[in-house]
Amino acid sequence: MEQTRREREILLLAMNAGRILLENGAEIFRVEETIDRICRHFGLKSANAFVLSNGIFLTCGNETETQFARVQVIPVNAANLSRVAEVNQLSRRIESGAYTLEEAEAELTRIEHMPGFSRRIQTTASAISGACFCFMFGGGIRDMLCAMVIGALLQVYLMLLGKPRFSKIVCHLLGGAGVTLLCLLCCQTGLGISLPAMLMADIILMVPGIAFTNGIRDIADGDYIAGSVRILDAILVFFSAALGMGVLIALWNYLGGGVRL
Amino acid sequence: MSLVIPLLLQALASGIASVGFSLLFGAPARCFPYCGLIGAVGWTAYLILEMTAAPTLATLAATILVVLLSRWYAVREQCPATIFLTSAMIPLVPGRGIYWATYYAVNGELELAMDTGFEAFKMVVAIVLGIVLVLELPQRWFRAARRKPRQEG
Repeated sequence: MEQTRREREILLLAMNAGRILLENGAEIFRVEETIDRICRHFGLKSANAFVLSNGIFLTCGNETETQFARVQVIPVNAANLSRVAEVNQLSRRIESGAYTLEEAEAELTRIEHMPGFSRRIQTTASAISGACFCFMFGGGIRDMLCAMVIGALLQVYLMLLGKPRFSKIVCHLLGGAGVTLLCLLCCQTGLGISLPAMLMADIILMVPGIAFTNGIRDIADGDYIAGSVRILDAILVFFSAALGMGVLIALWNYLGGGVRL
Repeated sequence: MSLVIPLLLQALASGIASVGFSLLFGAPARCFPYCGLIGAVGWTAYLILEMTAAPTLATLAATILVVLLSRWYAVREQCPATIFLTSAMIPLVPGRGIYWATYYAVNGELELAMDTGFEAFKMVVAIVLGIVLVLELPQRWFRAARRKPRQEG
């Protein structure tokens, strides 16, 4: 009985570690490796994990160990790469024998509740990145200021309205359209000069970098199902943003907006 | 000489932009300087190569450099290479091509849209290729990056 309980606890610990990794944007092989490592270190030999991009299936059981299975569905959320780094460190330290089961559980809870960056800091980061990209695409100082304000507004929209309320496609479609409208208005009123530089800079802010890189990595590792889902996710997100931009430019031209590009 | 100052400014801008992205992705704060450094190196390499080589080739070479550096710092800082890679490759994303492809498509100039769109697509393929190739390199090649004794904590 005692052994059964311990086996269950090991499995739950491994599942939790895997869940935090997957939620926060880790690659599939890292999730599998971490689960394996934790189970093996605490002496659960029959554990077997099957990881998809939004779920983990974990079972154990053989002649000597009790049958136990758990399935966990994991919604794709905002990624937080520091949690991935922390769980990764934790699993290495577990392997080197630095933690007991209880200590590892406590550490995992701490990682899960680690605060991310505040909304204000994220908005500032988005604004500054927007301005920098505008400069990289050849914008002048006035374009950079416009791109900065629009970058901040975009981040506020994504955090408060887009991501919590809409589906990914609609969220980025509206984001792309909104950014384009603001850039066109900036040009129309003479605040900005180079429309392409401003627009490229603020569209780039919607590039789904984590989904794209992880998708490539998963496919390279042979995790085709999870990899294709993530690549599809990245393509859809970016295509929606570009589509929003295109629709708005067409509309602007149709309504006879003054800016010739 | 007249090229040096614009290049330095570009490097600075791409470095800051990469740090901004790593913050948006929630990377650990101790990795920020390296994310910025790798992003700046990648974009500067792209700009220099683009003067003589085709954009696709320049993107491929810059991506390879970015992934190599990401893996190096991943071993050195003991974090996943993805943390550096995701933010440092953002400047290499062909935003220019995607913008012009959309713009031409909307304005009915399909041939130009196809041209620029295909060019952007080739650059994305170059990024993918660079990432896949360098990630396959054996881990022990990067072992030299490990710092000597490291305190826990």
